[in-house]
Amino acid sequence: MSLTPSPGHELPSEHYLNATYGIRSWLLTTDHKRIALLYLASVTFFFFIGGTFATMIRIHLLTPNGYLVTPENYNKLFTMHGVAMIFFFLIPSIPAVLGNFLIPLMIGAKDLAFPKINLLSWYIYLVGGGFVLYSFSTGGLDTGWTFYTPLSSVYSNSAVTPAVLGVFINGFSSILTGLNFIVTIHTMRAPGMTWFRLPLFVWAHYATSIIFILGTPVIAITLLLAGLERMFHLGFFNPVLGGDPILFQHLFWFYSHPAVYIMILPAMGVISEIIPTFSRKTIFGYTFIAGSSIAIAVIGFFVWAHHMFLTGQSPYAALTFSLLSYLVAIPSAVKVFNWTSTLYKGSISYDTPMLYALGFIGLFLIGGLTGLFLACLGLDIHIHDTYFVVAHFHYIMVGGAVMGYVGGLHFWWPKITGRLYPESLARIAAVTLFVGFNLTFFPQFILGYLGMPRRYHSYPPEFQVLNVMSTAGASILALGYLLPMIYLVWSMRYGKVAGRNPWPATGLEWQTDSPPLTENFDVTPEVTWEPYDYNNRPELGLAVTGEPSLAPAHGDD
Amino acid sequence: MHRTGELYGQFETMEQQREAASLGMWVFLVTEVLFFGGMFMTYTLNRSTYPDIFGEASRSINLTLGAINTVVLIGSSLTMAMAVWASQVGKKQLVTIFLISTLVLGSVFLAIKAVEYHEKFVEHHVPGFNFSFEPGASIATNAHAQLFFSLYFAMTGLHALHMIIGAGLLLWLIKQSMRGRFTPQYNTPVELVGLYWHFVDIVWIFLFPLLYLIDRH
Repeated sequence: MSLTPSPGHELPSEHYLNATYGIRSWLLTTDHKRIALLYLASVTFFFFIGGTFATMIRIHLLTPNGYLVTPENYNKLFTMHGVAMIFFFLIPSIPAVLGNFLIPLMIGAKDLAFPKINLLSWYIYLVGGGFVLYSFSTGGLDTGWTFYTPLSSVYSNSAVTPAVLGVFINGFSSILTGLNFIVTIHTMRAPGMTWFRLPLFVWAHYATSIIFILGTPVIAITLLLAGLERMFHLGFFNPVLGGDPILFQHLFWFYSHPAVYIMILPAMGVISEIIPTFSRKTIFGYTFIAGSSIAIAVIGFFVWAHHMFLTGQSPYAALTFSLLSYLVAIPSAVKVFNWTSTLYKGSISYDTPMLYALGFIGLFLIGGLTGLFLACLGLDIHIHDTYFVVAHFHYIMVGGAVMGYVGGLHFWWPKITGRLYPESLARIAAVTLFVGFNLTFFPQFILGYLGMPRRYHSYPPEFQVLNVMSTAGASILALGYLLPMIYLVWSMRYGKVAGRNPWPATGLEWQTDSPPLTENFDVTPEVTWEPYDYNNRPELGLAVTGEPSLAPAHGDD
Repeated sequence: MHRTGELYGQFETMEQQREAASLGMWVFLVTEVLFFGGMFMTYTLNRSTYPDIFGEASRSINLTLGAINTVVLIGSSLTMAMAVWASQVGKKQLVTIFLISTLVLGSVFLAIKAVEYHEKFVEHHVPGFNFSFEPGASIATNAHAQLFFSLYFAMTGLHALHMIIGAGLLLWLIKQSMRGRFTPQYNTPVELVGLYWHFVDIVWIFLFPLLYLIDRH
């Protein structure tokens, strides 16, 4: 395939960023694109908070006895790291930032169905975040992010109540976002945008929204009961008063296991957009990828008790949950096979988003396969609550979800800001992240297999080498995160102007201005083409087979 | 987004707007089912663990008041349904009258609930430090009876909170209705608040037998 360089562009004179000015125009906006940017700023803030705790954990674990913090404070560090990262960064990251920005653009709508509710969910997020920050700054909490009772409801002396309240409140932000997405996808599609012409990113968010609306209310009521138990000395989950602590774990994981799919499904949606774009090929097995998102969301609701194999649950229950957990591997593998089949004989270019996508596939594969180890009843007894588990879920959450998020940010950055980031620097950052990530977390698989338990502030001296490797990796990883933050902010002002469709890609979002108008499109678009038709869209610079087509635009060409 | 008449800017047609609003309310009610579901699960588990004490504790709450409240609430669902009907056929005055009757019945329900809570308070059946199921009861009996009352207060309390929110929505509807805003072409808010109100009633239809009637034969 011969490529012609992409031409120069100018910014559109009017777009959502310059339509109105002033602090009120942001804080009271109902534009889904501006709300997405509000979310971008706030989740980045919580990422910093959670990242700071992670850094302290890794520094503390440099030596077997750990000199940085006391054992009590170590418990608080890993708890606050988990709470900040899971509830306030990972869960809202892709849906509330990229999903919010892109879903209306991708389906050809002017906005989400309920723009005011969209803004409301951001404010609910802030209120929930405020309570959690209050807990962090008035002594922190030490229960683990899982808030297991009766530790959280009776015995812990830390600031549990505000944190539980904060997570409870934040749940409603998720619920409203999910509700908004579902209604928008059902009712706001442009003419010709049928269900099977929807981008796979939208399918992934539809599946995620199902989990948002079905799972989140359960964690909300569970935390409410635990909070009431703590405040009024009730006994729902306290065995001393006749309650059942295992019930809390069931209710907690009924949400919190599907919550893992809230984090990974949107990332899979991002990857499904990036891979065909930089392979210049129709995605392989569209309906299977779309269907597997829904399958993951549905099966994901029936696997929760695999977190509780060692609670003394009935062996028949354990066997069933083990089997069901294996089942999730099928739709996950369907996706991986379809992505790799898309790459096969594609015209691949290694642009930054593609590096993240390829990294995602590798890391998700490791994370997913080690999940099978953990779903295995016998093996789980050995590695339960060890660093093996820590490594496994970081491969999914950081290697998967965060890679997808950062890759997606790069991919749609030209649409969000109208400008390109510096390509070579971005490629360096992507490789740094990948190397740093693996160096941080791969040693933890070995540590866990050798028997190092999680959530301990000290460890036997023979584990030091692997822990030092992990900490060294974490510093590379931190650099990998700092670089994009710096050059992305820089590019907002100084980056090369991107034009409507810099890669070029086939999605509807690329057929309007970058940055888009407040109303997204001049006229409501009408969709007459099939999705990901990379061989049949000459009007986008994607030539029919054999003809020259446009090269991806780079910020530093 | 700008609004033209009753049509908000993000929508193309009134039809689309009505569809979105109604689907939104149904999805919201699904989340509500799951929200209450966690408590029903907690209730079910504890009742099957302590069937005798749950029966005994259940007998101590006032069946007459509970039964009256059930009738009151079903009546309020009827007036709510009538309000929706009236708004669809364009009988503007009737809409207001039925909405006000719904609000009155809802308030009667909350008032009776307050009387019941007061009874429990006097009997030391409110969970917490002063809880005592009956004089001379063993520690275990007390603890398990307290579980029942914790669930009783959590479940009816959350239900009452939903009633209060519903009453607020009704007040807003009555104000709009008095201005004659609801017509056969535009009555979505009445319809949606109606859906919400019926949902809250249905929750009570489950709460009543589970809390009041478990051991009354």
